[in-house]
Amino acid sequence: MKIVVCIKQVPDTKGGVKFKPDGTLDRAAMLTIMNPDDKAGLEAAIKIKNENPGTEITVVTMGLPKADDVLREALAMGADKAVLVTDRVLGGADTWATSQTLAGAIRNLEYDLVITGRQAIDGDTAQVGPQISERLDLPVISYAEEIKIEGDYVIVKRQFEDRYHMLKVKMPCLITALAELGEDMYMTPGGIFDAYQTEVTVWGRKDLKDVEDSNLGLNGSPTKIAKASDRVAKGAGEKVIPDSPKEAVDYIIGKLAEKHVI
Amino acid sequence: MSLKVEECKGVFIFAQQVDNKVNNIAYELLGKAKDLAADLGQEVTAVLIGSDVKGLADSLAQYGADRVIVVDDPELKEYRTEPYAHALASVIEKYKPEIMLIGATAIGRDLGPRVAARIHTGLTADCTQLDIGDFPLQPAPGQEQKKNQLLMTRPAFGGNTIATIACPDYRPQMATVRPGVMQKREADKSAKANIEECKLDFTPNNKYAEILEIVKSVSNVADIAAAKILVSGGRGVGSPENFKILEELAEAIGGTVSCSRAVVDSGWKPKEMQVGQTGKTVRPHVYFAIGISGAIQHVAGMEESDIIIAINKDESAPIFDVADYGVVGDLNQIVPELTKQIKEAMAAKA
Amino acid sequence: MDFQLSKEHAMARSLFKDFAEKEVKPRAIEVDETEEFPRDTVEKMAKYGFLGIPVPKEYGGQGCDPLTYAMCVEELSKVCGTTGVIVSAHTSLCVDPIMTFGTEEQKQKWLVPLAKGEKLGAFGLTEPGAGTDAQGMQTKAVLEGDEWVLNGSKCFITNGKEADVYVIFAVSGKVEKRGKMMKEISAYVVEKGTPGFTFGTKENKMGIRGSSTYELIFQDCRIPKDNLLGQQGKGFNIAMHTLDGGRIGIAAQALGIAEGALERTIEYVKERKQFGRAIGQFQNTQFQLADMATKTQAAQLLVYQAAMKKGEYQKDPKVSYGMEAAMAKLYAAEVAMEVTTKAVQYHGGYGYIREYEVERMMRDAKITEIYEGTSEVQRMVISAGLLK
Repeated sequence: MKIVVCIKQVPDTKGGVKFKPDGTLDRAAMLTIMNPDDKAGLEAAIKIKNENPGTEITVVTMGLPKADDVLREALAMGADKAVLVTDRVLGGADTWATSQTLAGAIRNLEYDLVITGRQAIDGDTAQVGPQISERLDLPVISYAEEIKIEGDYVIVKRQFEDRYHMLKVKMPCLITALAELGEDMYMTPGGIFDAYQTEVTVWGRKDLKDVEDSNLGLNGSPTKIAKASDRVAKGAGEKVIPDSPKEAVDYIIGKLAEKHVI
Repeated sequence: MSLKVEECKGVFIFAQQVDNKVNNIAYELLGKAKDLAADLGQEVTAVLIGSDVKGLADSLAQYGADRVIVVDDPELKEYRTEPYAHALASVIEKYKPEIMLIGATAIGRDLGPRVAARIHTGLTADCTQLDIGDFPLQPAPGQEQKKNQLLMTRPAFGGNTIATIACPDYRPQMATVRPGVMQKREADKSAKANIEECKLDFTPNNKYAEILEIVKSVSNVADIAAAKILVSGGRGVGSPENFKILEELAEAIGGTVSCSRAVVDSGWKPKEMQVGQTGKTVRPHVYFAIGISGAIQHVAGMEESDIIIAINKDESAPIFDVADYGVVGDLNQIVPELTKQIKEAMAAKA
Repeated sequence: MDFQLSKEHAMARSLFKDFAEKEVKPRAIEVDETEEFPRDTVEKMAKYGFLGIPVPKEYGGQGCDPLTYAMCVEELSKVCGTTGVIVSAHTSLCVDPIMTFGTEEQKQKWLVPLAKGEKLGAFGLTEPGAGTDAQGMQTKAVLEGDEWVLNGSKCFITNGKEADVYVIFAVSGKVEKRGKMMKEISAYVVEKGTPGFTFGTKENKMGIRGSSTYELIFQDCRIPKDNLLGQQGKGFNIAMHTLDGGRIGIAAQALGIAEGALERTIEYVKERKQFGRAIGQFQNTQFQLADMATKTQAAQLLVYQAAMKKGEYQKDPKVSYGMEAAMAKLYAAEVAMEVTTKAVQYHGGYGYIREYEVERMMRDAKITEIYEGTSEVQRMVISAGLLK
């Protein structure tokens, strides 16, 4: 079978977010990683490949040329082919335009199963996967925690807050992966050296299939940013020395209310 | 295929129900929708989708729905993406709302994007604040400043950035809203729903998933790594018995009790409750560090919490270097009073 | 001359680091405390090819260069010296001699499963009365028909009892050299489970406590004639060649331990407060840290240089790397000892406590000055190279 896995290169927030002196995020100073949910999706795909010899995995990413790194990592883990979708006209895309772009790329590929991560740690939207499925007219199962292939069908454990559903759909279909879908998997040293010998397919705007310009990039994005700001760098916050317990409690209650905790 | 901006009116919310019980998020959305509708001089409509759910409509009216559109079909008994997306998208196409709010739940975050893609509009995820205002915020030369837009504010990047987003050219303006953020209104117990039934065709196609099994989770033992709010105690709590005041605080605020290594080493609490390098790494929304000095090994396990509130009588305790809000004082006096006031605040909200 | 890692090497390093942080570090304290061989970690490393890094792909390996292998040992040792030496002993001391001196049949039989990590390897040279001085060797091998019969014992054998394949050195006869009768040494491959091959006591060690160190005992242990590795009588050369490479592994281990201790210390002095300020703000701390970091960096350059030299040697056997390997091992081991000792000092009382791990690093560091040639032996090797 053929699996397409969408992956995204994101800044690594684990080692702490870096800020510039003016308090804005210093993205350049942060290392990049493969988005964790996407990695889980790739791990699930590799597991399927290991259990179903002959399976071919193609990873697709949309991003700047340096997103090549994350594709090499995917190849070193066990993906077979890699596609980088990069073009200046695709920049500034919201989830609508991103899903149009990725769908336009995936239409060029053969697939039985498309896997995306549930959400990326930079945007946290969880929207691109379901929206790709809509563009490709595929059934979608979001929040997948387990997946099993049975003939032409996939059986997926779909997680909700207080329950799970075991769902069955016919392929082709799209699933979005929770972190739990993957089991920690690593590259192999030899795989890394091979990955840099593998040719990565690079597609621009002209290579996208059945997509209108009006649906791409910043201009094709229905949502517009009115204002964006970074939160102030975390560090020592406020410290108060109240005169009475009551004053202390009032202070804490005030903060909890301000932060919508109560 | 998109809706014309000028034709769209009304603030709609998706009234999520599961097992024929309305989810609290629906009431929260109604509370916010009411404010937005007032700003716009429009009405609030709840969209109720399910099987045999008409009986739930009154409760939506009680929390602020001027009208309830009901889509009722046996195919909608359990949530499945395709029939629900079909239902909501059809309602939107027929009734042309200006604003469509959906809870940012495991259902809403699946349904919302699918519907937004289908009807060609923008969707802003996980909003924590919604206002009516102008876009752009300030008049800009060569750009029309549109009035009465929905301004959707959301954190991103693990809460490190915050963005306000508008959807000026497409309708409805759609947002998913984080549960627990918006306030529901006081219920008007006498209100009766103004119901409008919407009949649609639900012939299964390849996109209808088959549900093989539904397993509801049994109440699990408190996992501190999964808790949204942690009330964590250190040696400063003084004794195992005195953890009672932390437990009461946790109960009042809907949190879970955790502790530092010193507490485990003293045998006051089991290892499962330990936060830190040698315990568990936690990242709750709110972390109360009570009587915890803040040794590096402890801080390593909790420094990524969204909000850290420290209470310690030692002014130079290192915990204050990572706390967002530090209070120097006696926990034995502060914590019980805090519990009392939180209870009062919660009671007022409910 | 190029001091920039290639993209491949940089990614390989991030792989080893990621693996070490997630899989090895969480168990390091427990492994040290219980002295339990981390079998599950070894299995995971096998799965991802860490046990066959410098082995050609046609023999089941990863086809990478010695630098990649050294970085693997380095990153593992940063968080756990035990895990570092398991990989080093397996790769440098067992895989390498079979890869270098084995026949095609021997490579198929042992190298392939060793490189895949299906089997673990060890190396038996040292005896109670003979370390680097091979003439003191007592273990004997006698050819009887189609079998070699081994008798004797080996001590301080890393991966002992846990390993499946052992490269063993024994006296196979006597030869006359410059009018003197000298012992003739040969190398053999002995598999665990061979009758007559048993294990003595397990050593209770100061450091690298999770690594399994055993005495090997051979009592009329019969192995097939074909288990002779290389030519009869070439054992000493094989041992010396192997130790040259092994020193790069141990140098990488020492380097990793130093780096791990340095990282911990930097973190700690930024946080720890005395007299109202972080101890990292005191000039004495700053100067000491500067020295620790500079020496660690210098050690890294020596280790990488030796590894790259070995890589060149694999392409062109005229290139020698023995002196570079000895320098790297000597220097990295001494730096590891110095840096870990200071790390404990700058942690104060916490440094003396197990949970803070720097005391373990100090105990682990000590062995790097001793095994696979003590620092004194390294100086002998280096000076011999200078004065030849």
